[in-house]
Amino acid sequence: MSENKINLKSNWDLAPSLESTSHINLKKKYDLFIGGKWVKPSSGKYFDTNNPATEEKLASIANANKKDVDMAVKAARKAYDTTWSKLSGKERGKYIFRIARIIQERAKELAVVETLDGGKPIRESRDIDIPLAANHFFYYAGWADKLEYAFPNRNPKSLGVAGQITPWNFPLLMAAWKIAPALACGNTVVLKPAETTSLTTLLLAEICEQAGLPAGVVNVVTGAGDVGAEIVNHDGIDKIAFTGSTGVGKIIQKAISGTDKKATLELGGKAANIVFEDAPLDQAVEGIINGIFFNQGHVCCAGSRLLVQESVYDVVLRKLKDRMESLIVGNPLDKNTDIGAINSKSQLDTINHYIKLGKEEGAEIYQPEGKLEKKGYWCKPTLFTGVAQSNRIVQEEIFGPVLAIQTFRTIEEAITKANNTPYGLSAGVWTDKGSKIFNVTSQLRAGIVWANTFNKFDPTSPFGGYKESGFGREGGLHGLEAYLEFEN
Amino acid sequence: MYIGGKFPRTESGRYFTLKNAKGEEIANMCKGSRKDFRNAVVEARKAFEPWSNKTAYNRSQILYRIAEMLEGRKAQFIDELMQMGSTKKQADEEVFTSIDRLIYYAGWADKYQQISSSVNPVSGAFFNFTVLEPTGVVTAIAPEENGLIGLVSVIAPIIVSGNSCIVLASESKALCSVSFAEVINSSDVPGGVINILTGNAEELIPHFSTHMDVNSMLYCGDDKKSIQLIKENSAINLKRIVIKKDIDWMKDEAESPYFITKFTEVKTTWHPIEKIGASGSGY
Repeated sequence: MSENKINLKSNWDLAPSLESTSHINLKKKYDLFIGGKWVKPSSGKYFDTNNPATEEKLASIANANKKDVDMAVKAARKAYDTTWSKLSGKERGKYIFRIARIIQERAKELAVVETLDGGKPIRESRDIDIPLAANHFFYYAGWADKLEYAFPNRNPKSLGVAGQITPWNFPLLMAAWKIAPALACGNTVVLKPAETTSLTTLLLAEICEQAGLPAGVVNVVTGAGDVGAEIVNHDGIDKIAFTGSTGVGKIIQKAISGTDKKATLELGGKAANIVFEDAPLDQAVEGIINGIFFNQGHVCCAGSRLLVQESVYDVVLRKLKDRMESLIVGNPLDKNTDIGAINSKSQLDTINHYIKLGKEEGAEIYQPEGKLEKKGYWCKPTLFTGVAQSNRIVQEEIFGPVLAIQTFRTIEEAITKANNTPYGLSAGVWTDKGSKIFNVTSQLRAGIVWANTFNKFDPTSPFGGYKESGFGREGGLHGLEAYLEFEN
Repeated sequence: MYIGGKFPRTESGRYFTLKNAKGEEIANMCKGSRKDFRNAVVEARKAFEPWSNKTAYNRSQILYRIAEMLEGRKAQFIDELMQMGSTKKQADEEVFTSIDRLIYYAGWADKYQQISSSVNPVSGAFFNFTVLEPTGVVTAIAPEENGLIGLVSVIAPIIVSGNSCIVLASESKALCSVSFAEVINSSDVPGGVINILTGNAEELIPHFSTHMDVNSMLYCGDDKKSIQLIKENSAINLKRIVIKKDIDWMKDEAESPYFITKFTEVKTTWHPIEKIGASGSGY
């Protein structure tokens, strides 16, 4: 069959189409944003944030410590007590609307910085991360004066100070997911971005300043996991919102067990993407590609396990390999790039460890031909076939562009395999038969199920997991609940 | 007047004169006719489908844009309201409340569905869900007592769900209606979604309430004869009638998501599920 396909090794190279970086204006050094001011870290220490595609330094970032976190929590408490909790919902909403508008106005700049700092393709940061972040602020701005309608007869009230810890895969978007509902519900915030991708969150702090947000309502402290731990353990925090690994999520749940702190945890996943023989196969292949290679696979809800019905396995695998050959791995700033740089050296090591493990477990690997850049952190799109349900590459979250493929014969078998995981964040189902879709979605133990699509996100749509993928929802009306307390 | 995204004079060539509190003439306004109204319905019907097919987020953004444009021109509106008899304080308050109200409804665009729709646990293997859809072309007689907030308060909840509308502005306070139409026209609102006529309510109500291509009509006021006529005429094609009386349009009581849902239809969809649960129940 393959003799009829286009030879992509012939002269099919696309001319580079690089996004300009001339309109961004990064500072050399970023301090902490506490109480509406840019404050030097009390330790005097800074760490580097690098471009994972070039390994070049982008800026110095302040390294917060316990003292800084304490200052930030106190600033947030003061802002909560003196201004933010006293404002009407309508007035709160106006500030949040303004933040949304400024994100739209500075969208290109934010997209370029996101791509430089995190390695994701500019096409994704430009078309997905940044517009969705603005949309999140717009959506929750509108809720600020409408909470009574979302929770009738429950007299919703704000919680106080929220401690928020975001991951490195969607830095600005995750900050938006956390800050927008917290503010709309009347809380103030101390947020820590992931240490490899602090920049757009710091730009968001600038945007809060530009929007005239009262001092202390949003505070940003930067640093590694130890700074996050200081937030989690601080007595002045009323609520923890964490997105990250299941391992850390469990530590947090344990750490706050002796307190009244509320928590929402959005953790890992190992989503099954189930393709039935009656699926629109070309569309399904695009969905599989998007499901696992979107954002280099650094996606907690990535479709990292493909379950294909046996009768169409050969054709799906062939189409998938063909499609993978046309994926462009390279400069994230190039608008043609499909797969950008792996976020950090340590994540690349993790992925390579799992690729090695997959081979050792006896699975068959496929990667398209082609060379990777020498500088920077790169990983080819990777498939494993011939895997067993008990293999570690089937059970564990890799968080990279690595897909494990299994087959099934009946719906029951597909569902059993799909649910055979400690995780339960997302899943996908591909079939042209509507009644089958709802049969499958009703039996999958996952918080989000995509039917004939994958990796779709919207501020109106709740996101969050079953089982060890965490608890609580972000997004939609349900996302408000995490930032409110009720009379009943 | 404002019809189909353009600013035509009335085809009838008629006008009426607005006067300020001192009795001095301040402007000649178009006195809209039956023909003008019928043209507006044609434009509104054309605009309905593309407008209702936009995403809720997009409609939200456009309403927010109207608020921004109004804020940018607030001095002009304050001036016009004062010409029509408001004190500076009243005019300020009316303009700021109008901006807030637009933002309020902009916020509802992607939310009213979430508090109104449902998934219905029918006794059978079905996914059964109910959503609201815009009702279509809506005519409205804006409140007579307010020039700007009246217009804003009726237009925003009608169009936010995807309806198009033809609104008759307050006759005695018609001055800001044209300026507000200019704001709308520069806010990415597609032509025909909002049509604003000026003229006499008594003359136009029979046409607003009898037109066969109008799905719903809003009347703001307390004239008993008009209300009865509208109710009677609505039977011709089963128009949905909404009457709003005794409302202080400057207060929060004038805004509500249920004002939006008055201009919607309820649609329920049944979809089979191969099998669900042991008992074969629905969601």
